[in-house]
Amino acid sequence: MKYDKIQCVAKVENLIEVNEFVGGCADRFGLDTKKRFGLLVAVEEAFVNICSYAYPDKEGEVEFACGVDGDAFVLEVSDNGSPFDVLTLPDPNTTLDIMDRDIGGLGIYFIRRLTDDVSYRREKGRNILRLVLRRTEEGTV
Amino acid sequence: MEMQTRKEGSAIVVTITGRLDAVTAPQYEKTVTDLISGGEIVFVVDFDGLDYISSAGLRGLLVTAKLLKAKGGQIRFANVKGTVKEVFDISGFGSIFQMDNSVAAALATIS
Repeated sequence: MKYDKIQCVAKVENLIEVNEFVGGCADRFGLDTKKRFGLLVAVEEAFVNICSYAYPDKEGEVEFACGVDGDAFVLEVSDNGSPFDVLTLPDPNTTLDIMDRDIGGLGIYFIRRLTDDVSYRREKGRNILRLVLRRTEEGTV
Repeated sequence: MEMQTRKEGSAIVVTITGRLDAVTAPQYEKTVTDLISGGEIVFVVDFDGLDYISSAGLRGLLVTAKLLKAKGGQIRFANVKGTVKEVFDISGFGSIFQMDNSVAAALATIS
């Protein structure tokens, strides 16, 4: 699979650049508006997680690689921080009242809910989170 | 994100346009927190021009709502729609916040 790639320093300010890159790839692929929106939220959540946790003591980089696999848009987000599978985090309780709601824990939940498939692997010293969004809605066509 | 605030009766109407994300949420949180520190306890947030929100944005909204609840105040959200509404619904925030179809409707429930 051929990937369009971008690398940047894992700092939240770079979100705008990341967003433009991924949004541009999604447009070239022809992802519909709703899925494109979900993709951009999922990308922000993955990126912010890396900015917050991957490099506690030093500056580090993040790579975004967009590709096409048949009818699916694929995005791999990778870092070379300590091994960490973000998918092991539990989902938040989304039914609690305002005062009981925890501030946080929603990011990974959004990644799961707004993509069609998400998987983690550790490869060559890198954490790789693979997000897949299919062109058509699951269960239709 | 662009943000404006104005006073309408006893309420502060906060208009946010553009993106409420990890970069811009701190600005929202600071503006509203400063107003709360200044004694304001009733807020209506107008989402009409907002086209993107992430968990960082929701977190900012939750922080201010918790502060207000602790002070006996309130915050209502007007014009939450489209994909932004979908994010609210997935997170469960759509049912814990008070939502109105317009700023006028939100203000009417307050006065």
